Parts: sequence; C-alpha cells; structure tokens
Amino acid sequence: MRPLRLTWLFFRIGALNDLQYRANFWLQLLQSAIQLGTGLAVLGLVFSQTPSLNGWSQPALLAVMGVHILMGGVIGALIQPSMERLRQDIREGTFDFVLTKPEDVQVVSSVREIRIWQAVDVLVGLAVLVVAVSQLEGSIGVVEALAFGAALVIGGLMIYSFWLVITTVAFWVVRIDEIAELFQGLYQSGRWPVTIYPEWLRVSLTFLVPIGFAVTVPAQALTQRLTPDTFLLAAGFGVVALVVSRAFFRIGLRHYSGASA
Amino acid sequence: MSGRVDAAPPRLVSPLRGLFDVYVQEAKIAIAEQIQYRVANYMYMLGMVAEPVIYLVVWQTVAEQQGGSVAGITAGQFAAYYIVWTLVRNINIVFTPYGWEERIREGRLSAQLLRPLFPIVEDLGFFLGWKPVVVLLWLPIAFFLALVFHPVLNPTPLAVVVFAVSLLGAYLIRSLNQSSLGLITFWTTRVGPVFQLYIAAELLLSGRLVPMALMPEWVQGIANVLPFQWTFGFPIEALVGNLSTGELLSGLAMQLLWIVIGAILVRIVWHFAIRRYSAVSG
Repeated sequence: MRPLRLTWLFFRIGALNDLQYRANFWLQLLQSAIQLGTGLAVLGLVFSQTPSLNGWSQPALLAVMGVHILMGGVIGALIQPSMERLRQDIREGTFDFVLTKPEDVQVVSSVREIRIWQAVDVLVGLAVLVVAVSQLEGSIGVVEALAFGAALVIGGLMIYSFWLVITTVAFWVVRIDEIAELFQGLYQSGRWPVTIYPEWLRVSLTFLVPIGFAVTVPAQALTQRLTPDTFLLAAGFGVVALVVSRAFFRIGLRHYSGASA
Repeated sequence: MSGRVDAAPPRLVSPLRGLFDVYVQEAKIAIAEQIQYRVANYMYMLGMVAEPVIYLVVWQTVAEQQGGSVAGITAGQFAAYYIVWTLVRNINIVFTPYGWEERIREGRLSAQLLRPLFPIVEDLGFFLGWKPVVVLLWLPIAFFLALVFHPVLNPTPLAVVVFAVSLLGAYLIRSLNQSSLGLITFWTTRVGPVFQLYIAAELLLSGRLVPMALMPEWVQGIANVLPFQWTFGFPIEALVGNLSTGELLSGLAMQLLWIVIGAILVRIVWHFAIRRYSAVSG
C-alpha cells in the first residue's frame, strides 16, 4: 500500500501546485478545442469520400478518436511529466536526491510530477466517447464496459513501461530530449485503428510502441470488435512490458554515476 | 623611426557582401551544430515523418476502397504527394514563436540587440544552413518510404526547377510569418495559444493535411487569399501535380508576393515591438 499512499501524496502536492496557475486551464481548454476541431475536420473529410474506412463506421472511428484524446490526457497529466523530470535529473545529476530517499526508486521517479490541467483532455475524450457510443448501433453491455475499462488500464501501463524504457536510455546517452517529439509524432498514429496500417507498421505500433494496445484495443472493446484472444494477448503483453521495463530501469540505475558535485 | 602606429585600415565591405557573409557563417555554425547532434536530429525527423505517413495510409485506404482514386487522385499519387511532403516539411522548419518566447522572456535578446545585425537575419541564415544536413538525413527516409508506398510522379524538367525554387520561397514565407508571430511575445509572455491557432489554420488551409483538391470549395476559396498554401501545397504540387507552365510560374510569382508582404509585415511589427522590450537579465 505504501506506493499507493506515496502516489496520492505526490498527486496532492502536484495538484496544489498547478491550482495556483488557473489561467493554464483556459489555455489547455483552447488547445484541446483546436485539437478536437482539426480531428473532427479530418473525420469529416474522410467520410465525405467513403462510407466506411476498412470496416470502421464513422461513429466507431469517433470512438477511436475519443480513446486517443483520453489516453493522450492520461499520458500528458500523469506519465510524461515524471519521465521528463527523470530524464532531466539524470542528466544534471540531481537524481542523487531521489536515490537518497528511503523509498522504491522507480515508484518515486514515476509519480513525482503531474500536470493536472492536461487532464482536461481526459474529460474531452470522455465527452467524445459518449457522443460516439450514442451513435453506435447496438448497446454497450456490462461485459463491454468492463473490458473497455480493463483495456484502458492495461494500455496506460504499457505506455508507462514504454516511457520508462526510453527514459532509462538517458543513463547512457546524454541528449535524448527529442524522444518526447518522437513519441508525440508516433502517438498521432493512434488517431486511427492500427488495423489500417501495413503489417510492418501495425506490428511496430503494437509491440514496439504499444499504441495499438493502448488506443485501438479499448476502442475495439467499445465497438464490439474485441475478441477474447486479443484481450488476453494485451493483458499478457502488459505484464511482460512492466517486468521488462522494471528490469531495464534497474540495469540503467547501476550505470548512474551522478554528475553533480 | 616615425612615431606613427600602423593600424590596419578598416576593411570596407559593401553592406550586401557583409550580409551575405553573415548568412554563410550562420549556415556553417548550423551545419556543425546539427551534425554534432545527428541522433537527436534523426529522432526529431522520425517523429515528424509519422504525420504524413498516417495521412498517406488513411487516404490510400480510402482510394483503394473507392476503386483506385479519390477526387481524381490515385493511391500512387497520394504516395508521391506525402513523400514530397516530408521534404517540404523539413525545409519548412523555421525558428518558432516558442523560440522568440524564450529569447525575450530570458532576456537573451539583449545580447543580440548589441550586434549590428537584425536578429531575424541571424535566424534566417542559421536555419537555412541546417537544410543541407536535413536533406542528407532525409534521403534514406525518402528511399524507404518510396519502396514501401510506391509513389507515382513524372515531373517535367521545368517542374523540377520550379519545385527547387519554390522550396526556398516556402521557407522564406514561413520564416517571415512565424517571426511576426514570434514578435507577439514582446506584448505577452505566452505565445502558445496564438501559435496553435496558426498551426491549425496551416493544417487545414495549406495542403499539409490533405491535397487542397479534397477540400470543399469554400475552404479552397479562403485558402486562395492566405499565404499558407504557398508553403506546402504549391511546392508539392509543382513536383507531383502535373501543373501547367502558366500555373508553375504564376505560383512562383505568388510566393514572391507573399515574401514581400511577409518582410514588410515583420519590419512593421518589429518597429512597434522593440519599443516594448525591457530586458530581464543581461
């Protein structure tokens, strides 16, 4: 329970910190609105030319977009801030202060920073999902809803593992600032179901950068496309990703030599 | 022995020669710096290439579903469009308003103001110098994309020349406009929202998101009176769009027009902006 209490504590500190800057809420809202507007414009353009994209109807693709925005909010609020701080600390040597704390290093490194205004995207994503689901044919049962929730959590953990692995590279390579840009670019591919991509890309976007698992699979759960096989594969791969990323982080830790005086 | 001190006479250089030398030196610095960080450069570039690949896959899928083409554009032409897009996008990397925000907020502009050189000239030279490195790094990516997505294009020699010239035009138009936008940070400390609106407009009105032919008529009408499409759509279509000689040359003329407008605008904004500057640090 200790990691959870620690997470909650950092969450509260982070929230109090961000609440000082309320104007940022409006800036974030504007940013989310622009993003949503462009996303809808693209969907509109595609469906002005075709009734369905690779078997996905317009409401189904709207659901994919909803999950994409929602997961983007989770990443921006909870995952990326701590990972960026970790990268910076490793480079500048201030990571020493984390190591001296009597807590699990990975837990502390992973929950230290949050940006609560980014969570606006979680709400926007949910709103898009509600509209999408109401337009979908067939209703959502308890099973679908549970599968959706579970798939979201698994997907979030996979994205976290991915971020942890690439940030751990900072123990060896000094300048990896552009990794955030690389991830943002790749993450845009989740706007569409990964099934539309050519095979080499689909496989990469599923197992290398787990965007397929994090966005497409939850959307599949909502649109009754998810098979038990896929769900089990996602769960299994999620566990593997967590274990491997933790092991890799520990190896990286041994290479940390400190950079400060 | 005369008591005369032999001082070297100041070398007289014409202002234009001097400016050219500045561009060359800035370019050299940029090349050295970018080669040093080539891994970082590559990551940045790969992240950027994701964007057109996504559009490309979506529109190729639509084209195939619609029996081979959408609005007269075939799957192979979409591939050509978005692969050329990657080069145009790379050429279109300029000093962003975020850079201005940082420069002004942290007072680093003070040092630049001491030099007998317009800061925007410095930016233009630096980013232009980056381009040879960018094109070099881009070649393998283009080769790979061409293997995978099978582009179809058959440009005339004139189209190739116009394309090459239009790349410079696109770079200048985008640089000048973003410089004007960046100067807004003399009035506000946060340029993010304005810049994001600008990027959204660019996405929809420049051909960056989709070829303009796919846009509804009224959107094309708006795009025609704005500079955006001369930075993406025109250069790309010059190479892949089988434009007529008249269209090619009048396109270049339009670019020139927008360069002049952009340069005047940046001068005017600078004139008012610089009076508002008060340094924070040295």
